[in-house]
Amino acid sequence: MFLEGRNLTGGYGGADILKGCSIGVEKGEIVVIVGPNGAGKSTAMKAMLGMLDIREGKVLLDGEDITRLTPQDRIAKGVAFVPQTSNVFTGMSVEENLEMGAFLREDDFTGTMNEIYDLFPILREKRAQMAGELSGGQRQQVAVGRALMTQPSVLMLDEPTAGVSPIVMDELFDRILEIRETGVAVLMVEQNARQALEIADRGYVLVTGENRFTDTGQALLADPEVRASFLGG
Amino acid sequence: MMDFLNAITLFANFVFVPGLAYGAQLALGALGITLLYSILRFANFAHGDTMAFGTMVTILLTWWFQSVGIGLGPLPTALLALPVGVAVTAVVALATDRLVYKHYRQVKAPPIRLVMASVGVMFVMNGLVRFIIGPDDQRFFDGERFIIRAREFKQMTGLNEGLAIKSSQALTVVVAVVLVAALFWFLNRTRTGKSMRAFSDNEDLALLSGISPDRVVTVTWILAAGLATIAGVLYGLDKSFKPFTYFQLLLPMFAAAVVGGVGQPVGAILGGFVVAFSEVTVTYAYKKFITYLVPESWAPDGLMQLLSTDYKFAVSFIILVVVLLVRPTGLLKGKVI
Repeated sequence: MFLEGRNLTGGYGGADILKGCSIGVEKGEIVVIVGPNGAGKSTAMKAMLGMLDIREGKVLLDGEDITRLTPQDRIAKGVAFVPQTSNVFTGMSVEENLEMGAFLREDDFTGTMNEIYDLFPILREKRAQMAGELSGGQRQQVAVGRALMTQPSVLMLDEPTAGVSPIVMDELFDRILEIRETGVAVLMVEQNARQALEIADRGYVLVTGENRFTDTGQALLADPEVRASFLGG
Repeated sequence: MMDFLNAITLFANFVFVPGLAYGAQLALGALGITLLYSILRFANFAHGDTMAFGTMVTILLTWWFQSVGIGLGPLPTALLALPVGVAVTAVVALATDRLVYKHYRQVKAPPIRLVMASVGVMFVMNGLVRFIIGPDDQRFFDGERFIIRAREFKQMTGLNEGLAIKSSQALTVVVAVVLVAALFWFLNRTRTGKSMRAFSDNEDLALLSGISPDRVVTVTWILAAGLATIAGVLYGLDKSFKPFTYFQLLLPMFAAAVVGGVGQPVGAILGGFVVAFSEVTVTYAYKKFITYLVPESWAPDGLMQLLSTDYKFAVSFIILVVVLLVRPTGLLKGKVI
């Protein structure tokens, strides 16, 4: 696997939230983590980014052990992360948000910015507007755009469609499919499990910090047990 | 008509011009407080004494320049000493940060503990300044005192009232305009400035974008120390330098930052002028002004002064309390302290 968390165990200092779960994503693949509330979906993703201390297990990026690296170091290595909430600089313009995404880059990033404007044309139109004045769906686009500015090899999204309308969700998923086409490994946690699994190459079902089911998106959607327990029938 | 012009001139001379200069001085001080608050997320009580420290360094150097005969002709020699004052104060501010505040940041202390630490820094800084230069009034102004003298103005216009513009007042306004323009250019156009705004806006996301918190904090201290020193020197040139007065300036500066909206640079400037003009208009004796405007028989007997100048700090205090009660975010929707 390109980015892989093996046997992750740990939490935020108290009791373990992750109990030996393993997650991985290949380049050009969309992987979705689903599961009930409190299953540790977001926590698993944060562990991959280095935002919590894991007691056991390791995180590998392209075969290299990055378990001890800080989130900043992992971002410098090409891992990008879009948090679920407060994921844009509300008091800064759309363009400035993208510039901040490219903060670590020393080279000319106008090309990347144009690619992002091509991917999300509405952002080009609203480039001078404050991100805080945009609609929920547009904000998510800014958030994803900001993360893509480093030209990452892995893009992690924590519930990108939380709080947006079904139409906006479909559009966002279409964009994520386009991002996959560029060879980026996409890992996301989703509350809208059914729709997310439809676009996913593979899916992980987590329950209480452990792997319960792992299969292709279609297979998970077809599995009667998964449907009954996690997809509402 | 003559009476009306006399009234306007009188008002400009005693209220508008002094208020403008005082407002610009407060605005520069409040800008430092607001910058520090938006990046370090605590209200720095030592800001007034940082101002005193920076001014003291500048004064000592100015005296030395004066003693060896180096000057700027019509301009005050203090301008020559100012860059050194700014640099020394910035170094002291950074040293204080490493010595005191850094620890509280690392242990993620609640803001109130940082505020209390800044009160400690305030006392130390205050003591240091009194120890070095003494608690007394110091004057360090030299060069041309006036741009327009009241007598010249009277001769030019034929009015009874004169309008005097001190060069320190003009200097204050010019320096403040240049400084504010440069600061806004820095915050809105440069990579470092933008990273400061990003850090203030959303610290977690700034860290995720690879913005270095140490660098942002360092630049913020340098800017705040620089603004404080320049504001202090301008105030000292305009009036005089006394450590206790500078400590007292903390209140109007805070009021200015809160009125404008803490964390909003534009608000700090706006707040500076709101506080300054409130103070000056409320403590001005309007007797003569009104006498010009009303028929002779209506002329007031009293001073027509709303508040004695001794109570001018009450004005800042009232503004502060009212704003916190009625609109805690300030005029421009800043953060709530």
